[in-house]
Amino acid sequence: MKFSVFISPKAIRAELAATTKEGVIAELVHALVEAGEIKAADQEDIIKAIMKREELGSTGIGRGVAVPHTKHASVGKLIGTVGVSPTGLDFESLDGQVASLFFLLVSPPDRPGDHLRALENISRQLRDDTFCRFLRQSTTPDDIVQLLEEADGNQFGA
Amino acid sequence: MTSEFQQCTVTVRNPEGLHMRPALKLVQAATGFQCQLELERSGQIADCRSMLSLLTLGAPQDCELLLRAQGPDADEAIRVISLMFSQQFDE
Repeated sequence: MKFSVFISPKAIRAELAATTKEGVIAELVHALVEAGEIKAADQEDIIKAIMKREELGSTGIGRGVAVPHTKHASVGKLIGTVGVSPTGLDFESLDGQVASLFFLLVSPPDRPGDHLRALENISRQLRDDTFCRFLRQSTTPDDIVQLLEEADGNQFGA
Repeated sequence: MTSEFQQCTVTVRNPEGLHMRPALKLVQAATGFQCQLELERSGQIADCRSMLSLLTLGAPQDCELLLRAQGPDADEAIRVISLMFSQQFDE
């Protein structure tokens, strides 16, 4: 599943301000609200659900990447956003490294296949060192949008 | 040094497929073995010690995967990991 199908460009955040796990999750969920992808009334519930999922095991999957996510009945289709932290932060990742790249996903409860296909694409692209490096170097949302478009066009070797 | 090679077919039984939680359990189990452990789906190979690698398989429910182990404890690794698949990673 290509990034353009589920990543909301308006919700992309380069240079995240948050320095904690909960802070990053809240900042990205808020970005989805500002982009009109989720309702403000659902924001707190979605943040709580994502944090609850993190308690089952960190979604920090290594290489400085985390994919916080949850199912939520308020969304009709899989939506997601991308955030880059300039300094990185402790996300209790599998490999103990700080996380600086975040892909936050909210999916409808009845669409596990879409979630799996999004994870497949994210993980495939992130295995490419060039993609990861460029993503970390991104300083504006437009940089990230451009990078995701290139990834969708199979311009990385992964 | 002796080297053993074992393989078997495993089926993803979890309704949500091989998503992050079962993948994490698989990584944790694989890390406890000395042998090299791989999963193959339609020619695509994933290292069982790497979450990123496992997630690239995008394996949904009922998907069959080839589990391969090479190393001194290959037998035990195949036994334990195929059991994890059949028990839906305790989900």
